[in-house]
Amino acid sequence: MATTTKPTRGKSLAKTATYPIDWLEERSGLVGGIKYFLFRKVPGDTSWWHTLGSATLTAFLVQLVTGVILAMYYKPSPAEAHASVQHITHDVWGGWLVRGMHRWGASVFIILMFMHMGRVFLFGAYKYPRELNWIIGVLILATGLFEGLTGYLLPFDQTAYWATVVAININGTAPFVGPYLASVLRGGAEIGPDTLARFYSIHMLLVPGALIGLIGLHLYLIVRLGVTSPPWSKEAADRPADPEPTPPRSGLVQPAPRAAGVRRRPSE
Amino acid sequence: MEERPGDDRPQLPSPSIWPVGFAIGVVCLLVGLVVSWWVAAAGAVLALIFAFLWVRDVTSGRDQAPAASADEATGDGAPPEQGERFPRSKFLEAATLGLGALIGAIVTLPALAAALVPGFRKQQAHKVDLGPLSDFPEGEWRIATFIRDPAQGEISRRTAFIRNNGPLNGVPDVTVISNRCAHVGCPVQPGGPVFEKEEKTIKTANGPVMLTPVLPAAGFICPCHGGSYDQEGNRIAGPPVRGLDRYEFAVVNGRLVLGNLYSVTKVDGAGKTAEIHKVELHGPGQHADGVESWLYPVQPPH
Repeated sequence: MATTTKPTRGKSLAKTATYPIDWLEERSGLVGGIKYFLFRKVPGDTSWWHTLGSATLTAFLVQLVTGVILAMYYKPSPAEAHASVQHITHDVWGGWLVRGMHRWGASVFIILMFMHMGRVFLFGAYKYPRELNWIIGVLILATGLFEGLTGYLLPFDQTAYWATVVAININGTAPFVGPYLASVLRGGAEIGPDTLARFYSIHMLLVPGALIGLIGLHLYLIVRLGVTSPPWSKEAADRPADPEPTPPRSGLVQPAPRAAGVRRRPSE
Repeated sequence: MEERPGDDRPQLPSPSIWPVGFAIGVVCLLVGLVVSWWVAAAGAVLALIFAFLWVRDVTSGRDQAPAASADEATGDGAPPEQGERFPRSKFLEAATLGLGALIGAIVTLPALAAALVPGFRKQQAHKVDLGPLSDFPEGEWRIATFIRDPAQGEISRRTAFIRNNGPLNGVPDVTVISNRCAHVGCPVQPGGPVFEKEEKTIKTANGPVMLTPVLPAAGFICPCHGGSYDQEGNRIAGPPVRGLDRYEFAVVNGRLVLGNLYSVTKVDGAGKTAEIHKVELHGPGQHADGVESWLYPVQPPH
């Protein structure tokens, strides 16, 4: 609808600046989708505990990015693997940092997954209708641990080699299928030159692909079903909220304004 | 739930005591695996009975709910339409899905096979020449490290503990024990002094073979989890499930040649008169005798 007033300079500037975004939105609806995803409503009484899932996702993204960079310099052959890791650590500019982020980030990812899982368990957030998301989460945990297992071989030093020998042989003791499982993991009856490349391929292509798919499903179900309130939530229990909200804490030492002689427990 | 049928409340099964019995059964089973087979069997029976009762409980409750809603659905649902029994659109749907699945299988299955088949193929037999038998004095131990497959290179380097037992009925007899622990496959170490300064390198067709004299007076010990073996490779302590594997050997033109590996459940006696209970090569940690060996009925080709 045309307006009679002339648009101000500021408004027309803003319109020019956001034109590419509007162009994208008109043709794809992506901007609205992202806005819906990022600014969707969550219960008012969520806490820092609810950020563990996002933290896990961030750790995973760090692994993806650093892993891609490491793959530019790594050589998955028994004769070159160890030397190429040394090359990354000592020669490549910033290589020590990227390798360190990938190496320590792996542990961070696993630890955060367990913490996130513990939060979901203790808050009862796995209950109806979110059971399926718990199951997908357990699959993500198993896949993530497999990612850790396959990545451990890649530096190809003595620790890596023997830890992988032991891990494959433990798989080999599974009843009935164990011997075959071990053979498939090794790609033969013995650890050979192909085993390292096999683990590399599984570590950087197969399992991350599976993880990305599972994480996508996980997020879809979170958006579809919403975030759970904590178990102490009055909102979720249809009980009236506190009549007088607790005062915000703005400093380390701030006496709470309280009527003399009256003490209220927050659960009352 | 009754007053608002069809709402999104969870359809939970009624409280049941059977899971408790099931859990007790499973605990009995697991404890029995360590303590005694009878307890394990009793636990398994308990768990099976209570699992059956539990499943019956859960499924009987579920059968009624969908039946009621199904009655409702047919009550006010539209009557089935009269028409073609197998319409064209259905055929096209099925054809699209079927052809898609077929093309997918044709593309995927060979690729999948290429990833999995190498684990199931028979490995070529490796013959490793360890040099003249005269380098193995009678009654002494040598640590031999050698390349098992020159095509694979250094990664196929293996170690064996070798003792020349002297001739038996005019035929040379040698004990060749693999250093792969029968627990989870770490390299076992000799329990005694290794004379590294007397190491000898022998040139063979497979590349250099290193021979180091050793006196494994206390047998062989695994550094990873403490598995211990005597000089014949019998397990004497720790987590291994059987004795150490051995190599087949032959003496060809006075040279010692190693063949394939095999597993050993037990060795009676010692030296050249030892009776070796040979079985097919098993992976580390896999029982080769007793009831537990039933868990590993078929081995992939080695």
